[in-house]
Amino acid sequence: MIHRMTAALLSLVGLFISAYLYLYKIGKIGTLACGTGSCETVQLSSWSRFAGLEVSLIGVVGYAGLLLLSLASLQPGLALRGWPSTLIAVLAGVGTGFSLYLTYLELFVIHAICRWCVASAVIIIGILVTALLDQRRLSRHRIP
Amino acid sequence: MAATQAGMKRFYALFAAVALIGGGALVYLLMKPRSVSIPANVTVQVADTSGFRGYLKGSPEAPVEITEYADYQCPFCQTFATLQMPTIEERLIKTGRLRWRYRDFPLQQHPFARLAAHSAACADEQGKYWEQHGRIYEGQADWAGARDAGALFRNYAKAGGLDLSKYDACMKSGKYAGRIQASLNEGIQAGVASTPTLLVGDRLYRGGFDSDAIIKLVDSLAPRRTP
Repeated sequence: MIHRMTAALLSLVGLFISAYLYLYKIGKIGTLACGTGSCETVQLSSWSRFAGLEVSLIGVVGYAGLLLLSLASLQPGLALRGWPSTLIAVLAGVGTGFSLYLTYLELFVIHAICRWCVASAVIIIGILVTALLDQRRLSRHRIP
Repeated sequence: MAATQAGMKRFYALFAAVALIGGGALVYLLMKPRSVSIPANVTVQVADTSGFRGYLKGSPEAPVEITEYADYQCPFCQTFATLQMPTIEERLIKTGRLRWRYRDFPLQQHPFARLAAHSAACADEQGKYWEQHGRIYEGQADWAGARDAGALFRNYAKAGGLDLSKYDACMKSGKYAGRIQASLNEGIQAGVASTPTLLVGDRLYRGGFDSDAIIKLVDSLAPRRTP
């Protein structure tokens, strides 16, 4: 259960980071707290949109989904089921792939790094790892 | 295998603490006061306009000058700036055939038009008018419906490498409010009633023009020299 709890907490933090970046992008909050000063460059680049949607909004939706899923997986009826972990791993896997693509864009196309985006990438990888560890744990204890 | 009740309680307590801190931080940021606003209908002083004809792009020797009266929050101006201007710039301005004069014409129904014009004027102080001008138009969809468009303009200034302490001081002073008003007055006097409107010689062209039409117009006013 510790893995699912960790996934829930990481999803919550990821949700706040994405919401922060999205609120910034739509002008609801002032400036971004970004030590290196490159967050704006990334957030205002044409790459901050994907398929017509704000990347940060995609993050909000993705993390909200992961959060609900990981909280649901903690409920007694689902605690011993394997499919919630599989679903979290699949979603986090897609998120990790997307984050790696965005990090590639930051490094080699935009030539600027946004610390919040890096934090989000670390979080989504963390969720993927915890989901995989949970799957391993369940497979060890699976009742034949 | 399942977590103990005490373990679950600890988890929910930690979860609630993180939710409270994160949610509280976002609410605080949302509640922070808005940034500067630029006054409308100010009395124009002589100093507001002395020596300033508008924002110019192109050779001083260009045979044709077109004055554009535009509003940063007007969607047609945005389309014109982002879709037609690059061709006009490439074909006419860079080739020395046309000089472009941009004049602010902030419409009353657009709450951020003056603020945007002032932001561009403050960027002009640092020699980056056209960069800021471009960013403001490109980002129109983002800031037009925003609660704090000024914050987004400041972000554009930061992304454009402006000295932010100078930019902030300029925005706070509202020092170009008179210049913007003078520009609007000039347009009204010339007969401008909507945006974008072009003034070529003594003729006004109201909307509905594209780069092809402007190229033809310049061709007719200053025929290309053939060897």
